[in-house]
Order: sequence, then C-alpha cells, then structure tokens
Amino acid sequence: MFKLQRMQISKLRIREGNVKMKKTIIVILMLYMVINFIGCNSETPPAEPKEPAPKETILLAVAASLKNCIDGELIPMFTEKYPNITVDATYDSSGKLQIQIEEGADVDVFMSAAMKQMDALNEQGLIKEGTMVELLENKIVLILPKDSTTEIASFEDILKAETIAVGDPDSVPAGQYAKESFENLGMWADVEAKASLGTNVTEVLSWVAAGSADAGVVYATDAASNENVKVVTEAPEGSVSKVIYPIGIIDATTKLKAAQNLTEFLQSEEALTIFEKYGFTARRKK
Amino acid sequence: MNWSPMLISLKTASVSIVITFFLGLYAAKLVVGMKSEKIRIFIDGILTLPLVLPPTVVGFFILLILGVKRPVGRFLLEFLSVKIVFSWTATVIAAVIVSFPLMYRSARGALEQVDKNLIMAGRTLGMSERRIFWRVIMPLALPGIASGGVLAFARGLGEFGATAMVAGNIANKTRTLPLAIYAEVAAGNMEDSYGYVAVVVLISFVVLSLMNYFTIRGSKYTDKDVSK
Repeated sequence: MFKLQRMQISKLRIREGNVKMKKTIIVILMLYMVINFIGCNSETPPAEPKEPAPKETILLAVAASLKNCIDGELIPMFTEKYPNITVDATYDSSGKLQIQIEEGADVDVFMSAAMKQMDALNEQGLIKEGTMVELLENKIVLILPKDSTTEIASFEDILKAETIAVGDPDSVPAGQYAKESFENLGMWADVEAKASLGTNVTEVLSWVAAGSADAGVVYATDAASNENVKVVTEAPEGSVSKVIYPIGIIDATTKLKAAQNLTEFLQSEEALTIFEKYGFTARRKK
Repeated sequence: MNWSPMLISLKTASVSIVITFFLGLYAAKLVVGMKSEKIRIFIDGILTLPLVLPPTVVGFFILLILGVKRPVGRFLLEFLSVKIVFSWTATVIAAVIVSFPLMYRSARGALEQVDKNLIMAGRTLGMSERRIFWRVIMPLALPGIASGGVLAFARGLGEFGATAMVAGNIANKTRTLPLAIYAEVAAGNMEDSYGYVAVVVLISFVVLSLMNYFTIRGSKYTDKDVSK
C-alpha cells in the first residue's frame, strides 16, 4: 500500500520536475532570442556575437574604519549597477594594507584612511598614474552626551567639563589629532589634566555616551556611529591637520575597466551621500 | 618613570582591602550561619559571581547602578553633587567588588572548618556568642582568613577591566598600574612599562609569600593544638 503511494508521489514529482524544466528551457530560449534581437539592432557593428560581459572579481583594500558603509551599503549598490563585477573587500589598518600591496597582494583598488600610506605607494609607482583622488575627509569633532546640558559649544569651552575623554595620543590617531588641535589652541596642558585617555576610540565613545565623561574628542565618523552622543562642533579650521581618505587604482591591476567603474561609482553623488551618512565629509570637485 | 600610577594603585588596593576584609568576613559569617540550604546556595552564588564574571561585565553592572544616567548615580549627583564614575572612589569600588569573592570564599571555608565541638564547649562554659566568635572561632580560622585577605589585596591591586570602565584612565587620579601598563604597551613603549611590570610582579610575589607564611604558620598552630 504505502509503497504504491510513494511510487505515485515520486512519479508526480518527476512530472512536476519536467514541467519546471520545460518552463526554464522556454524562458532561456526566449531570453536568447531577445538578446539576439537586440544584438542585431545595435548600431555598433561588432563582428563577433556579443556574449554577456564576463564575470569579473576585483579586490578592494579598504581601511577598517570604512567597513560598515562599504560592506553594508556601497558594495550592494555597486553590484546592482554592475552585476557582472563582484567586489571582494579586505579590511585592515591602512598601514597593514600598504605593506600587503607592497608585497604584491592581488589588490585592484586601495582606499586608505590617511594620505601617508597612499603617498608611500604612489612614490613607489604602485598606484596607476592619475587615478588617485582625495575622496573623503574625516573631521575631528567635539562630542557631548546626548542629553547633556553643559554650556560647551566650542573647543575652547572644553575646560568647562569636569572630565574629558580623549584617545591616548600615544596610541590612538584620533587622540593625536585632538592633542594637535588643543596644542595649537594653547590649552593641551589644561585639557590633559582633566583627560581620561582611552586606548581605543570605542572606549572614548562609550565613556561619553554613558555620561561618565562630560565631553570628548573623536572622529566625526565615530560620533555618527553612536546615537548616545551629539556632535557640537568641528575642530577649529587650521588647528588640526586634515584627515583625508584617498582612493587609487593599483598599477598592477589586470582589471582596469572594472576598477575604474568602482572608483567612479565611489565618487558619484549617490555614493558620497552614503559616506556622508556615516559622518564623512565628501570632497566634491568644484 | 612616573610614580603616580604606583601610588594610586597602592592607595586603592590598601583602602579596598580594608573594606573587602570586613565585608567578606561578615558575609561569610552570615552565610555560614544560615539555616536554609537553598537560600545559602543562592546567596553564595551571587556573592561569588564577580569572581567568575569577566571584569568588564562587573564594570557594566557598576555603571548600570552608579552611572550618571542611572537612578542611584543621578541621585548622588543631583542631591549630593557626588559623581562616583571617573573619580578615585570608583577605582576602590571596582577593586572591592572584584576582590570580594576571594575574601568571602576563603573566610567561609576557614569558618566552616572550625571544630564545632570547640564552639559547643564554649557555650557550655557560658561564653557569649560574640566572645565565642572572637576568642574561639577567629583564632582557629585566622590563617584561612588572612590568606584570603592577602589574595584579595593582590586581586584589587591588579584590577583592570572594571576600573577602566567606571574610573577611566585619568593621569594622577584614576590611572592605576595595570592601566598605565596597558596604555604604554598599546602605544608601543614596551620599555617604559618595564618599571611598572617589575613593581607589580614584586608586590604580587611578596603577597604570595606572605600568604604561604600564614598558611604554614597556621597549620603548625592547629597541629599543635590537635596533638595536645
């Protein structure tokens, strides 16, 4: 009894399978015809029948601070536009990526969190000429706990805070920039006396977010990543060197076209808007 | 070398061990005296928790209670203008909570091992409970209690995770030895942390030797008593 039923069921399944197969074959045939049709009508006279563009995979080496927006938003957007290009991204500190590229890693596009690494590669001729662009800027900003009522409105006001959270200038880049800015404003010694030095930016952020510290100095992108802090102001113009994120195509790439597609996409208005959502300041060409 | 982290650490560890010592001893006495097995197991679990939890989780709970946005922390700040987080007091609180279980468990073990017959004997002789505790129980349990105190002192001296979360890393105020070492190593200044590391190793070694001394002396003491 059961055996019989089972056999019937499996036969049915096979029949269903056949129907599906037929359907897909029809769809493929139709697609093929449509493609041929378009191909015949196209104005350019390519001699060979146009095949769908070959799948290409390019490797993007990106500073770790860009992971969220690149991974989460920009790569999906890009692949939607260029379905034949797959973008693999590798994230690490810019310095490590620089070394990997120098050692001949198979990278096509490099995006660094500072000019230093890009310049170093450029000097060695590892970046394709004319492809390096200063894409983004990450500003140094003053943050307060979200519901803070203190009257701190500028970098000069920060001494009104009881405790100030800053990255340790000896180990945290954002801390180095904070120190530089306060040194130029002539107040680092006073700030340091009130400063709790975090060994990484997350620590600084969480101190301010919890209200343990009354104010803090971090990158604009860090501030944008935590909803419990608010940005009061940027470091005064000229008090701190600019933090530029450049992008460039690696000279040794074998997939120049795809790499160009990617860098052009990352400079498009659409991509810059995403970067801005994550706290970056886009450096648009005027 | 900057001496301030050492002074802060020693100050924190010294103050916190006094608090931990009496708190742990008192808690141990209460738990040992509990009648209900179930409640005892429950309370014991809670009191030992800081020993097994990652210090960052301990720090999390301290922030949850004393953070300036939390009820207790806000009350202290608004009505008494006392801000506990990021103050030196916070280093003591972190050290006390993290080192408490060591003191408590050692004291509890020591108290439980005291020969019940001796306590009964005291009672038959009409001693008050308080007198029994100080004249009978304490001398017998002292080696265990002392070594617990020594361990707790060392643990408080080395406290890092919870301290970083609730006290921050403020020079001359809350930067303890472990925080100073971590910051130096993070900055790539291994050489600058040698002095700090040497101090921590030295103090820890002295502390462990003291503990062994207490234990050995204690066992001789009890052995003699038993043989008599």
